[in-house]
Amino acid sequence: MDDVWQLWSPVKLTLELATVSTLTLLIVATPLAWWLARSKAKWKEIVATLVSLPMVLPATVLGFYVLIALGPGGPGAAVAGILWGGRTLAFTFTGLVIGCVIASLPTVVQPIRNAFAAVGDRPFEAAATLRASPWQAFWRVALPLASPGILSGAVLGFSHTVGNFGVVLMIGGNIPGRTRVMSTAIFDFVEAMQWEQANILAGGMVVFAFVVILSMILIEKRFARMRE
Amino acid sequence: MSEAHGIHAKFRNVLGDFILDVDFTAPAKGVTALFGPSGCGKTTVIRCIAGLTRVRDGFCQIDGEIWQKPDGTFVPTHKRSLGYVFQEANLFPHLSVRKNLLFGAAKEKPRDRPAIDFDEVVDLLGVRHLLERAPRNLSGGERQRVGIGRALLTQPKVVLMDEPLSALDRKTKGEILPFIEKLRDHFALPIFYITHDIAEVERLADQIVLIENGHVVGAGPLADVQSDLSSPLARTREAAVSLQGVVEAFDAEFGLLDVAIAGGRLLAPAPPADVGETRRVHILASSVSLAREAPGRSSILNILPARVVTMKPVDAFEVMAAVAIGEKGEGARLLSRMTRKSWEELRFVEGMKVFAQVKSVALDAGRGEPGE
Repeated sequence: MDDVWQLWSPVKLTLELATVSTLTLLIVATPLAWWLARSKAKWKEIVATLVSLPMVLPATVLGFYVLIALGPGGPGAAVAGILWGGRTLAFTFTGLVIGCVIASLPTVVQPIRNAFAAVGDRPFEAAATLRASPWQAFWRVALPLASPGILSGAVLGFSHTVGNFGVVLMIGGNIPGRTRVMSTAIFDFVEAMQWEQANILAGGMVVFAFVVILSMILIEKRFARMRE
Repeated sequence: MSEAHGIHAKFRNVLGDFILDVDFTAPAKGVTALFGPSGCGKTTVIRCIAGLTRVRDGFCQIDGEIWQKPDGTFVPTHKRSLGYVFQEANLFPHLSVRKNLLFGAAKEKPRDRPAIDFDEVVDLLGVRHLLERAPRNLSGGERQRVGIGRALLTQPKVVLMDEPLSALDRKTKGEILPFIEKLRDHFALPIFYITHDIAEVERLADQIVLIENGHVVGAGPLADVQSDLSSPLARTREAAVSLQGVVEAFDAEFGLLDVAIAGGRLLAPAPPADVGETRRVHILASSVSLAREAPGRSSILNILPARVVTMKPVDAFEVMAAVAIGEKGEGARLLSRMTRKSWEELRFVEGMKVFAQVKSVALDAGRGEPGE
C-alpha cells in the first residue's frame, strides 16, 4: 500500500500542478501574447525578452530568485500573509505554481503570439466595419482564429510543467505529498537505488512526452488542412 | 447641393513624396465612382471615409453626421453606419456563410430608412444554397457576394466598395455586376465605388470623382464629367458618354429598340423591352461624326441635329468636339473625335448647327428593370 502511495502521490501532485499551472498560464499568456503581437510600442520587445529569459537561464538561477521573492521577507510572503496569514510561499503548492508559470511562460507565449500575428489586420478591419468593438473583435475573431496556437500553447505549457525539475526542486524542496512531483521523485528513487520505482515513473514520462508531441503534430496538420 | 444630404470628404496627408489632398462632395444617393489609376490614392480616400486609415488633417461628414474633424474628432470605424466591401471579400474563415452574413447584422431596425431583410439579401444575391458552407468552399464570385450581403445587413447609411471586382476574372465580374446594379436600384443606398476600370464606371456610376496623383481632377454627374473636354476622361481613346434612355418602342421586324434620350431619339439593335423601361446608353467619341448639312440616304440610322459646344485638340492631328443634341442644343452632350484636318476644312465653330451621325450605340440594363 505504502509503495503504491509512494508512486501515486507524485503522479497526482504532478497532474494537479500541471493543470493549475496551465490554466494560470493561459490567463496570463493570452493577453500578453495579444499585446506583443498587436502593440506598436517600441519597448514591447524588452517585455518579450524578459518573458523569454527563463528559456535560457539555468533553473537554479530562476529558482533562486523566485525562492527569494516567495520566501519570508519577500513580496510572496507578504501576499501570503494578507491572504491566509502564512509566513511564506516557498515550499508550498502555490509557490510551485508561481515558479512553474514563470518557467513555462516563454513556451506558452510564443505560439500564441505567432498565432495572433498570423491573423493579421484584415479580419479586424472586417470586424470593425461590421460594428464589432475591439473587445468584441477579440472574442469573436481573434480568439477563434488563434485557437490552434492557443491549444499548442496549452499543451506545451502542460508538458513543460510536467517535465520541470530544477525550479520545482528549488522552490518546492521535494516534500513528500506536498511538493514532491514526478521529476523530483525519480531523482529521489535513483538516489535511494530504488531502480524499479524510478523506472516506472521515468518510463511513464517517456510515454507521456511521446503522446504529447505526436498529438501536437496531428493537431497542427488538422488545422493546416482546415485553413487552406 | 446641401452638405447635410450628401457626403463631404476632405483629407490631406503627406507620406514621403506622395501628397494626398482631396476634397469633394457627393450626393448621398446612387453610385459615386472614385476613379483613377492604381496608386492615385483612391483606396486611401475610401479607407479614410471608413475610419480604417486615420490622417490627422481630415474632415468627413455624411448626412449631417460628422465622422472626422481636424480638431481630433474621430468616430471609430465600428461606430460608423457604413458597409464596407473589401477587394478580396475578407470573409471570416472560421464562420459559415450564414454566420458571416449575420456577424454585423443590426439588432434594431433603422428608424429613418427601410430595413434590409436577411431573406431579401440572401435571395437577391443568390446565396441561399451556400448558407451552411465555409468560405474556403466558395468561388471568388460567391465570396464577394457574401461580402456584399454581410455589409448590407449592418443596415448601413452608405456602402463603400473598394475595387470589389478587381480580384475576379472577366467572367465572374460579369456575374457580379448585375448584383451591384440590383442593390443600387433595389435598396436605394448611396454607394461609393472605387475602381480603375472605366467600363465599371460607365455601367454603374451616377456621379464620378476623378482622382489623379492624390488630387481630385474632376467631379460631378457622370455624363457631365465625361463630356467635359478639360477632364482627363475626354482625352482617352475610350472617351464616351453614358446617358439615361427610356424605351419608346420596339421594332420587331428589324430588332431595334427606339430609345429616347434628352434632346433626341436613338435606334439600337437590342432584345425586346417594354415601353418605359430605362436603359443606359453608351456612345463612344470615335463612333460619332459631324456633318455640316443633313446627310442624304445613309446606312447610319442615328443622325441627330446638334450644336457644337466646344473643341479641344487631343494631339497634333486629332481633335475632340463636344456637341449638344437638339435643334437648339438643349439636349444631352455627345463627344466626337475627328482629325484636325476635318475640323478645319469643314470650318466648324462653336454654336454652329451640325448633324451628329452616331454609328453605334451600346445599351446596358437600366434602372428599375422589372424581373431578372
